[in-house]
Amino acid sequence: MVCKHEHLLDVQNLSVSFKMYDRGLVQKELKVISDLSVSVDRGEILAVVGSSGSGKSLLAHAIMGILPENAAIQGAMKYQGEDMTPEYQEKLRGRQIALVPQSVTYLDPLMRVEKQVLGAGKDAKKKIPALKGIFNRLELDESVGKQYPYQLSGGMARRVLVSTAVIGDAELVIADEPTPGMQTGQAIEALRIFRELADEGKGVLLITHDIDLALNFADKIAVFYAGTTLELASSGDFLSGEESLRHPYSKALWRAMPQNGFEPLDGFQPFSGSLPSGCLFSPRCSMCEKQCRQKIPEMRELRGGFVRCFHAT
Amino acid sequence: MIVKRITNVFFRYALRVITLLFAVSVIGFTLVSLSPVDPVQQYVLSVGSVSPEQRAELEDYWGLNDPPVERFENCLSAILHGDFGTSLLYRRPVIDVIREKFANTFALMLCAWVFSGVIGFILGCVMGANRDRAADKILKRICLLLCSVPTFWLGLLLLLLFSVWLGWFPIGFSSPIGVMNSDVTIWQQIHHLILPALTLSLLSFANVALHTRQKLIDVLESDYVLFAKARGESKRQIMKRHGYRNIIMPALTLQFASFAELFGGSVLAENVFSYPGLGSAVSAAGLNSDVPLLLGITLFSALFVFTGNMIANLLYGAIDPQIKESYANE
Ligand SMILES: Nc1ncnc2c1ncn2[C@@H]1O[C@H](COP(=O)(O)OP(=O)(O)O)[C@@H](O)[C@H]1O
Ligand code: SF4
Ligand SMILES: [Mg+2]
Repeated sequence: MVCKHEHLLDVQNLSVSFKMYDRGLVQKELKVISDLSVSVDRGEILAVVGSSGSGKSLLAHAIMGILPENAAIQGAMKYQGEDMTPEYQEKLRGRQIALVPQSVTYLDPLMRVEKQVLGAGKDAKKKIPALKGIFNRLELDESVGKQYPYQLSGGMARRVLVSTAVIGDAELVIADEPTPGMQTGQAIEALRIFRELADEGKGVLLITHDIDLALNFADKIAVFYAGTTLELASSGDFLSGEESLRHPYSKALWRAMPQNGFEPLDGFQPFSGSLPSGCLFSPRCSMCEKQCRQKIPEMRELRGGFVRCFHAT
Repeated sequence: MIVKRITNVFFRYALRVITLLFAVSVIGFTLVSLSPVDPVQQYVLSVGSVSPEQRAELEDYWGLNDPPVERFENCLSAILHGDFGTSLLYRRPVIDVIREKFANTFALMLCAWVFSGVIGFILGCVMGANRDRAADKILKRICLLLCSVPTFWLGLLLLLLFSVWLGWFPIGFSSPIGVMNSDVTIWQQIHHLILPALTLSLLSFANVALHTRQKLIDVLESDYVLFAKARGESKRQIMKRHGYRNIIMPALTLQFASFAELFGGSVLAENVFSYPGLGSAVSAAGLNSDVPLLLGITLFSALFVFTGNMIANLLYGAIDPQIKESYANE
């Protein structure tokens, strides 16, 4: 094939590190995301799962170009094949790419909800019918528009945040844990909206804790751990069971799901400042061998997905 | 519901102001009693030669020989009947003196207050929006400097520069000397007001500016401004939609709560510029043992500062929806 397939969003070997001042004036670099690659195509939902602190929100912020000033990034990010320079990101933000942020603190405490959902710009008023439609679908009463953020329950606030992203006509929606606090029906409705967007030919990057819910709507699942991707699998792989999955951590996640035995994984994710040498999962891996502690495994293709493990088969 | 809330708030503040004024009277009365201030001596001086017998009679008549508590009770009951006594210095009812002097002081403070509020707010926004750039660094240094300069010194400096050397403004008083009060034009009054007002506002605007700067920096670092950025809002849109909205109330509140400093500053500024307001009256009253006027002004200024703080509180409640709600739930 001559023409290489072009992703809507393509992140290759992304690293994010923070300049931190350790005791006094000693500056040190804290690497929180390393060698991370994901891509989103039109028409698909990519779910990103991983425990908290694995770098999911930072990935979202890196794509939007809204990382704090003391953050430095390396690697390549492309949107529709074009390099995402800071200027390009500025053009894309809020127009081509919309973010559903992770918490209520992203709403202005002194501005009424409606005004925030409609957003800035001259054509904000024209979106009122669309707002009514979305509020209706997400079971938000019309009166919610007149309220202030502190008057909303957690679940309501999340639904408001979802509305802010889907009311525009962004081509790519990045949703950072949009469903916690919502009732099951509402969460399903929110994901259904994302699914419809994808089916219209847009792309969705869905960051979530709730693998179970994501499996029913997403096309692909990226498993994050300590700031990198350990596996990229199709939702089907997760649904069909442990054997279809590739990485020991993904398998452990699968076993920890309620319907699969609720079996927790011992140990904890290493902290950014004290990562193990070699495979990041090695301290918790039952298949760990000498090689695993010496070298970080590369992402490799396996059975239609990708995995970062020497011994996965 | 709303009526109940308003009466509720009204009674709360009424109770507060009564206790405040009572406490101020007690403290003021005690301090004056303990101090070497001698109203009889002052009266005697102004009347001319008085024999020791007459003097003793006078003391008796004024009740100076009664026990302190009884004196305080008499004083309080007079005040409750609206009688604040007669100023020894001006030979007129204290109330009238305060009314007249306060009109002058009010003009002075209002100018200074508006000027310092507006300039302080604008400078604060400029500094906050340009954080750590040259403009911010320079302005911040000026503000810090102004914060530490004493009023009288700054007043003297302005007086020297503009009145003595440049001759742009008069050296003192609220109107030209030798002109009948009724003939003084508003322009002459304003002309006399500018320097003292400038002195007074130069001192308080730095505080507003630094406070606004910090508040704006906090707002610009907030999650909601980050989200606004993520939604493609420009810097200008962010200031317009989120910036001012979140800093105007703290600034206004601070401005109303600054009535106490304004009053204190006006005493010094008025003395430097010989401006005939409440500030010069209070120092004159103190120096001349004019006890009724001194106590009258003390009570009045307490009321004034209280009003400022009350407005600050109410404003905060009226505009910040979160506080409004907590009022409603009380
Ligand atoms: N501003 C920051 N400075 C330093 N470290 C940060 C900063 N923001 C996030 N981190 C670190 O980066 C890691 C990933 O954070 P985050 O992306 O928020 O995780 P997640 O969204 O997966 O829960 C965490 O360990 C967190 O402590
Ligand atoms: S590379 Fe080694 S330690 Fe890492 S997951 Fe694979 S088997 Fe386990
Ligand atoms: Mg997060």
